[in-house]
Amino acid sequence: MYPHTHHQPDQPILDVSHLTVRYNGRAALEDVTFHLHVGERVAIVGPNGAGKSTLIKAVAGVLPPTSGEVKVFGSMPGRHVCIGYIPQRSQVDWNFPVTVADVVMMGRFAKLGPLNWPRKRDWDAVRRALETVDLADLASRQIGQLSGGQQQRMFIARALAQEAELMLMDEPLTGLDTPSQEGILSLLDRLKRENVTVMVATHDLDQAATHFDRIMLLNHRLVAFGPPADVLHTDNLLKAYGGRLKPVDGQTVLSVDSCCDEGEHDHVH
Amino acid sequence: MFIDLLLHPLSYEFMARGMIAAVLVGIVCAVIGTYVVLRGMAFFGDALAHTILPGIALGYLISGGARDTLFWWALGTAVLAALGIGAISRNAEIKEDTSIGVIFAGMFALGIALISTVKSYAVDLTHFLFGDVLSVSSHSLWLILIFGGFVLLMVFAFYKEFMTLSFDPVLAATLRLPVGLLNNILLALIAVTVAVSLQTVGVALMVAMLVTPAATAYLLTNRLSTMMLLAALFASLAGVIGLYLSFYLSIASGAAIVLTATVFFMLAFGWKKISGRS
Repeated sequence: MYPHTHHQPDQPILDVSHLTVRYNGRAALEDVTFHLHVGERVAIVGPNGAGKSTLIKAVAGVLPPTSGEVKVFGSMPGRHVCIGYIPQRSQVDWNFPVTVADVVMMGRFAKLGPLNWPRKRDWDAVRRALETVDLADLASRQIGQLSGGQQQRMFIARALAQEAELMLMDEPLTGLDTPSQEGILSLLDRLKRENVTVMVATHDLDQAATHFDRIMLLNHRLVAFGPPADVLHTDNLLKAYGGRLKPVDGQTVLSVDSCCDEGEHDHVH
Repeated sequence: MFIDLLLHPLSYEFMARGMIAAVLVGIVCAVIGTYVVLRGMAFFGDALAHTILPGIALGYLISGGARDTLFWWALGTAVLAALGIGAISRNAEIKEDTSIGVIFAGMFALGIALISTVKSYAVDLTHFLFGDVLSVSSHSLWLILIFGGFVLLMVFAFYKEFMTLSFDPVLAATLRLPVGLLNNILLALIAVTVAVSLQTVGVALMVAMLVTPAATAYLLTNRLSTMMLLAALFASLAGVIGLYLSFYLSIASGAAIVLTATVFFMLAFGWKKISGRS
């Protein structure tokens, strides 16, 4: 077996303190401190380049902090296999010759260890995960043949097969149509019932406000972190997004010009 | 009559041995080449093959022209070069392909310079550049079998790790697979493959053996394991057909094998275009 760390149950699932990450001297994250409770759903919101992906990778234990620390159940994330990482769809080679079931099976490889081949209980876990995300019929499709929403659900199934307790999703909703987004969000509700802790980077302030327990406003620094009603104030949004908040029809409208690949505009009232 | 055409070349021992060597080397190159193709390492493979020339040249000069010990010189240089290039590409000072280009051309020139100190310069250089599968000794055949078998065994043993690492390195890291170690093992396996294949196709055409059959298979399947099997099949066929062509048309064996593999690729490419349209 590859070395893995056991959990200290009295510790929070995620404890980030004074986390700073620099690339070539430029700070992507600066002195970020927060912690999460088991089963929470947290949306990470902020402008492009605010460090959302960096935070996710640092929490996943694949990007070493420049200073500060990340602890998962009381120890460094680098040895935990309970962290499910769900990449941005644009970062995946969709022509890679693997089927949906192959990709979901990858989630089992940590606990399987070297020189072991998948056994029946691994295939069972893959099948159950695919049924949960409603993809059992497409198990033997090549991954490039899936729609955007199906691709995202496949990665959630992979994290389920991994038996992840902390799922990190890097913009799972970006570029999906509304029904696909609803599908992902209802899966998040289901994960909540199973006590899976979820951190989602997103652009959509409306969805962040309606579907998540807490919102983290990020712009290199932690601007605000708390329940949506407490966080989504003009002051905070101005701090996170800069001077692009303008009054329209007597209401405050946040107009974000550069945050989305599609050039969409997100509004919050 | 046709049977005679097929059997006649095999009555020469060097042809029979060459045939076995071409098929074995083809299979090993094709299987490891699957990862070369999927990870976009064709330039790395080409550079690696060229970089080992000074190592072979040195062995050639020291041993006074004996070709049997060259395998070990090739193997040592290839593994060193692979890990060295791997370290260079992790260093972000200069773009990866630029730094590989600088090193590989420099090492290649050093190899040519060393060989040019020998009287039979032109003949020997040609041998290293283009290989000569028909001069494979039974000793070399054993080396190909043992080291090629080792590469295949490793690819099989670490199948799920190499697949995960190649598809999604960040996932591999979050599954706590030893990503750095696995990367280096893969580079070393490519190096062993290059050393094993040197006598068959030579330095210059090596990249074709690594890339062409695997690329052909890539066009035709959606499964990694099937891609490996198909690539091995195409490479073996190219080895056999290429050697017959070499025998009857009197063309260089390495070139004949690579040209046959290239025709397979173009057929697969055309078939894919036609079937994709309907």
